[in-house]
Amino acid sequence: MTVEIKGTADGLVVTLGEGEWNDVLAALAGRLDGSAKFFVGAEATLHVGDRNLDAAEIAHLRDLFTQHGGTLRGLVAEDGSTRAAARALGLTASTPRARVAAPPRPENDARSGLVVRRTVRSGQSVRHMGHVVIIGDVNPGGEVVAGGDVVVWGRLRGLVHAGATGNPEAWVCALQLAPMQLRIADLFSRAPDAASERKRHALPEVARIRDGKIVVEAWDEP
Amino acid sequence: MGARAVTITSGKGGVGKTTTTANIGVALALSGLRVACIDADIGLRNLDVVMGLENRIVYDIVDVVEGRARLRQALIRDKRLPELCLLPAAQTRDKTAVTPAEMVQLVEDMRKDFDFILIDSPAGIEQGFKNAVAPADDIVIVTTPEVSAVRDADRIIGLVEAEEKSPPRLIINRLKPQMVQRGDMLSQTDVLDVLAIELLGIVPDDEAIIVSTNKGTPAALHNHSPAGTAYRNIARRLLGEDVPFMTLEPQTGFMGWLKNLFRVEGG
Repeated sequence: MTVEIKGTADGLVVTLGEGEWNDVLAALAGRLDGSAKFFVGAEATLHVGDRNLDAAEIAHLRDLFTQHGGTLRGLVAEDGSTRAAARALGLTASTPRARVAAPPRPENDARSGLVVRRTVRSGQSVRHMGHVVIIGDVNPGGEVVAGGDVVVWGRLRGLVHAGATGNPEAWVCALQLAPMQLRIADLFSRAPDAASERKRHALPEVARIRDGKIVVEAWDEP
Repeated sequence: MGARAVTITSGKGGVGKTTTTANIGVALALSGLRVACIDADIGLRNLDVVMGLENRIVYDIVDVVEGRARLRQALIRDKRLPELCLLPAAQTRDKTAVTPAEMVQLVEDMRKDFDFILIDSPAGIEQGFKNAVAPADDIVIVTTPEVSAVRDADRIIGLVEAEEKSPPRLIINRLKPQMVQRGDMLSQTDVLDVLAIELLGIVPDDEAIIVSTNKGTPAALHNHSPAGTAYRNIARRLLGEDVPFMTLEPQTGFMGWLKNLFRVEGG
């Protein structure tokens, strides 16, 4: 695969692999088209390796993300003139060494799980292509977007999107399931407008798609 | 041994950061500590007005950072409390006039002369906020019992946690016990339920604050307002004292007392 996409606690990390520039671009566009919903609102950092890119090529990459509803925040490049061109376009630019926050995982990202051991607060976003487990709350204004399932060991009161790459089998469960908005694949449900209808002390519940609708059931099945 | 730098911030504007800074500053200075208040709200300076020192400003924080004035020249001594000083913001510049690194250096230079340095943060999450938070040892977040203010406080807590500072503490400002009791206002429990950080104080809604703010005489200077007392308690908690929280139940006779009893039982 020439394009690798990973969800991290602070945005998407897109790595462009070896290959002809036009092939890589086509592969990236294909990946963006294939999981369009996943990129809406996402901030991405792009690793371009040792390529030498000019401002027009970087602007093209940036526009590609913008067209899919995301934002290209920064570039990680070994080449100094590529970094300079990125900065001139208002992107952050860094060398690979400066940004080795997490070592690359050997498994395919889409099948691996991400465990987040903190509360996802307002303005914070957790995005991951695989399953996501939050040990903590998801507060109003916080969001969790996963390609797979989402488990919240705590109160889920923010926005959650499971199966964001189009998987209708995905589900969401939480100790207290009271999201502002709950999305599974391309379906969507929201909290009742009247505060009095919102539950205060709920039992653990699971939301999944049944007969083309999102339904919420008690979390008592193993 | 140097001063502790405490930044007062909130995210949302108008929740009482500046009033809180002035009052905590006064309360700490009343107990004999050397306190400096820094107004980090460059371009929208207010702390000088609330402290009643506006007419004494000659140099400001930007003058110090850019080397036009020495710290000693820019610091304004309070007219009532000799232990209290103000470093005012510049009014004709904006937040970009100072960088976080310069703020850290400025506070470092001040530490030896004071016991406490209180930094009044501007609203927002942009550079002004970053400037105010950079030198902080402790961060105090002010919110009002409103959903929007709590949402912004949550955002700020997330940003502060990302900075790996010590966990921020919370002041709930302008609580109206009667409204809470009627179920028309978020209670202390509702706020803490979302934010889940340590409570530093609750300041009741108090008309005396409006009067004292307009006069430039912080309420904590005098003993006879509920909010002033709350601010003094907050100052004592900042010093590590274990001060019980004021009971903010309204006086509504026997039935009100009975209701309160059951509320406590239930919560």
